[in-house]
Amino acid sequence: MLNESKILETINMITQEHLDIRTVTMGISLHSCVDSDTKKCCARIYDKITKKAENLVAAGESIEKELGIPIINKRISVTPISLIAAAAAGDDENFDCSPFAETLQKAADTCGVNFIGGFSALVQKGFAVSDKALIKSIPSALAATKNVCSSVNVASTKAGINMNAVAMMGKTIKQLAYLTRENDSIGCAKLVVFANVPEDNPFMAGAFHGSGEGECMINVGVSGPGVVKRALEKCDGDLSEVAETIKKTAFKITRMGQLVAAQASKKLGVPFGIVDLSLAPTPAIGDSVAHILEEMGLESCGSCGTTAALALLNDAVKKGGVMASSHVGGLSGAFIPVSEDAGMISAAKSGALTIEKLEAMTAVCSVGLDMIAVPGDTPDEVISALIADEAAIGVVNSKTTAVRVIPAYGKTVGDTVSFGGLLGEAPVMKISSFSPAKFISRGGRIPAPIQSLKN
Amino acid sequence: MNAVITVTGKDTVGIIAKVSSECFKYNANILDITQKVFGGMFVMTMLISVDELNIKFADFVDIMNDLAKKEHLVIHTMHESIFDAMHNI
Repeated sequence: MLNESKILETINMITQEHLDIRTVTMGISLHSCVDSDTKKCCARIYDKITKKAENLVAAGESIEKELGIPIINKRISVTPISLIAAAAAGDDENFDCSPFAETLQKAADTCGVNFIGGFSALVQKGFAVSDKALIKSIPSALAATKNVCSSVNVASTKAGINMNAVAMMGKTIKQLAYLTRENDSIGCAKLVVFANVPEDNPFMAGAFHGSGEGECMINVGVSGPGVVKRALEKCDGDLSEVAETIKKTAFKITRMGQLVAAQASKKLGVPFGIVDLSLAPTPAIGDSVAHILEEMGLESCGSCGTTAALALLNDAVKKGGVMASSHVGGLSGAFIPVSEDAGMISAAKSGALTIEKLEAMTAVCSVGLDMIAVPGDTPDEVISALIADEAAIGVVNSKTTAVRVIPAYGKTVGDTVSFGGLLGEAPVMKISSFSPAKFISRGGRIPAPIQSLKN
Repeated sequence: MNAVITVTGKDTVGIIAKVSSECFKYNANILDITQKVFGGMFVMTMLISVDELNIKFADFVDIMNDLAKKEHLVIHTMHESIFDAMHNI
């Protein structure tokens, strides 16, 4: 029989330490839905999604019951809509892509999923007509829908940074903030700007189903910051021992993800794609990445030492997780979304955590400047320049980085924005007011960086 | 396929009997039991075979959850695979 203490350890992780499967995400290719007639294309999209994912939620709930582990979200990602809308957009870069977002929303409602991702475009080197059309449609499309998520990849290590796209995204984010001003500019929480975006990410808001993916795949995102923190509470050793403890814990967490992914794949008859090793926090007490860093010995997340502690954490999570899963992918690492992490929220409120420190942290962890609220009157160019900085970190270091920033309309430093649920609440943070306007208005591309002479 | 039932709660007479009688009713074969009482707190781990269950496993989980509510216990009924995955390579 299994060791009793191991059984109780597992149950404790689930019941006391918030261990859960954060998301089972079904990726669906929409290439077969392309049509130059928008209505026909949207009808095909709806039919395909609702057919492929009709049992997704039921299968997730059944696994949840059998294994006794909560699966918090069941979600869908689709092929970037800019590719699917291209035939309908033709030569019209002002083509309205909103009907595609509305179709995704309708399909999400029918399937019962809480988010659907893929209202996306990949423009790291340049824009196709439909890419521009999609980006122009983002504010109205996301304001008119509730569960549709959007992402735009503006940079990659091989292509450099498309600064025209960066400039466009600053404006887009501001427009979206205005259109959703009645709800603390919540639209911006559904839009991510990426560098080096992964094509198999199961986490929202950045999930989409890349062109290199199969027809339909199951990707799983695990969680468990609470489990890591609790393990570290029992570790009095030096940082080598801290890293070992995190590795062992990450291994256990990821094995859950692998098991759930295998079962979901079998139940749905859909190939298993990847397990995403990310430590994804929630606003719940005891489910915070910031508190892990503090458990390592920092007075507050954001103090000097935070970047080093996060680097240790991120690396150990990957090392532990890689052996536990047959295929690893997505964003894999520790997430640091300010509004979704109780420890980050309190560190930002106390002034210990600043945007500049968060930017440094993104150089060593998964993703980037995530769920950060800034004053509503922050100029477009400043948002664009923030994106450019973040993209530069990703491009030069050959890693994924992203910006999900909320210029909260009508709010200023000291105010709080509140989205509720997993999206949490965030204090509006101070951002540099010195102008990068001329730099951003130059446009063009920042060339791809040299990959040798690494200093 | 095996499943693990864990039961914790205030010690009273007949907890094992109540859990085992549900197992008997739904044809779950008990393979192993460990049980202890720490300062009035009852802790039991039971391994059962669910191959011959006469209802769906998910329904059996619901029945054990109902028993937990009725008897003021905490009962977890989970497939063995989750523990194997986490603790065995």
